[in-house]
Amino acid sequence: MAAPHLTLRGVRKVFGGLGRTGPVDALGPVDLEIARGEFFAVVGPSGCGKSTLLEVIAGLATTSEGTIAFEGKPIAGNVPDGVGVVFQEDASLPWLDVASNIAFGLRRSPIPASERDARVRRALEMMGLVDFAASYPAQLSGGMRQRVCIARTLVTEPRLILLDEPFGALDQQTRLLMGDELLRLWRATGATVFLITHALDEAAMLADRIGVMSSRPGRFLDVVTTGWPRERDSRIVEQQSFGAVTARLWTTLREESMKALGARAAPA
Amino acid sequence: MKLVVLWRVLVVVAAIGLLEVLCLAGAIDRITMPPPHEIARDLWRMLVSGRMNGAIRKTLTNAAIAFASAAIAGVAFAALLHGHRQTRATLDPLFATYYAVPVFAFYPLLIAVFGLGDLPQVLIGFMLGVVAVIVNTLNGLDRVPRVLAKTAAVNRLGRFRTASSITLPFAAPHILTGVKLAVAYSLIGVVGSEFIMSRGGIGYEISFAYNNFDNATMYPLIVLILALSIAVNALLSRWEQRLRLRRGQR
Repeated sequence: MAAPHLTLRGVRKVFGGLGRTGPVDALGPVDLEIARGEFFAVVGPSGCGKSTLLEVIAGLATTSEGTIAFEGKPIAGNVPDGVGVVFQEDASLPWLDVASNIAFGLRRSPIPASERDARVRRALEMMGLVDFAASYPAQLSGGMRQRVCIARTLVTEPRLILLDEPFGALDQQTRLLMGDELLRLWRATGATVFLITHALDEAAMLADRIGVMSSRPGRFLDVVTTGWPRERDSRIVEQQSFGAVTARLWTTLREESMKALGARAAPA
Repeated sequence: MKLVVLWRVLVVVAAIGLLEVLCLAGAIDRITMPPPHEIARDLWRMLVSGRMNGAIRKTLTNAAIAFASAAIAGVAFAALLHGHRQTRATLDPLFATYYAVPVFAFYPLLIAVFGLGDLPQVLIGFMLGVVAVIVNTLNGLDRVPRVLAKTAAVNRLGRFRTASSITLPFAAPHILTGVKLAVAYSLIGVVGSEFIMSRGGIGYEISFAYNNFDNATMYPLIVLILALSIAVNALLSRWEQRLRLRRGQR
């Protein structure tokens, strides 16, 4: 088997230790291997360190212990080349029109202008934004703005796309459709996808494998292989095995979520 | 919207009309103020004759230098300060009370140090304007969402590029509010210092005309200063509005 695209070994993250509160164990230890071109989703109770996990993989934060390697090279607090990140919050730039927002992803790359324009055009087409190229984010809906952010990541042609609850702020129907688009992009680009979500059905519908995280400090309790074919879309929810996958996720998560709730309800 | 503008114009026209009537009826005597139509005529003559061109040029140049340096230094200083929480915490109360200080009180000192040239006047204009720019720029930078800072990191932008291509553009409408104030303040600073002590400029000429009962010079100059200040402010306001509209703000 080929070397994994992304490898995490004993990754831990400890926050703080300043003032009266002691250090907070936020994450880990986490061990994980993701294959090239795999669609991996992470679900877990709120506050379990999902976003922290994404941030250390993205190189936006450093690990306290352990190592992360992307394409064999260690990630150490710097966003590596070939990694794109889409956040839950609206990260569109309100002073730029849609086309310029997308081109922003390429402002540091040394590619010629003609290639840049071609990539922006392709991303506009891929995300259904051609008619909105000259619009400003304020004129678009939340879903459209998230597409702009995805398109801005796509133009860099990332080999690993990290998504932190990208559809968290959208309504259910839009989420399902955006899920379909994400699957289409995943197939078209051949990129490895790492998706953080709090929606079990979203994870079950989209991913090849789903990591279920414990409450803080987040560790993987279970990794569920869905066994979906590569050609798939949101209609997978009609299948019986979809229910089985979701049920298995929930069985593992129910207790952890209650723990997370209880921990928060208890006095500090 | 249109009705509001109409009313606004009507109020101004009515006020000028009232002054005209009061002046012509003798309720306001000529030594106090000539009727507005005469002021307008005198202003036109003054501009055509060019006898005030030197004064106008001096004042506008000094105000422009004071304004430009206040805007550039203010934005740059705020961008630097925004990254240093300790220094910021120390300076914030000073900014908050800055405009309680009568900056003109330093004018004699500045003359004593730099002589009776343009520099003290420019400095007064700069000092009046710069803090408005700093405070408003900081206010705008405070509103930059965290996700945009992460976006900068994902795009591998350094500190300078993050400021120039993400945080400052995001803060632009707020910066423009400060810049608008700086235009007014630098003009006030320069004209005000010319009033107090100067060898030329619009403020000096107004003061000179006043001391010589030369209403035919004083009032047109006052109107000129008013018109200039309002025109620049209106232009900047329009720009600010365009930026805000683009972002879906009113």
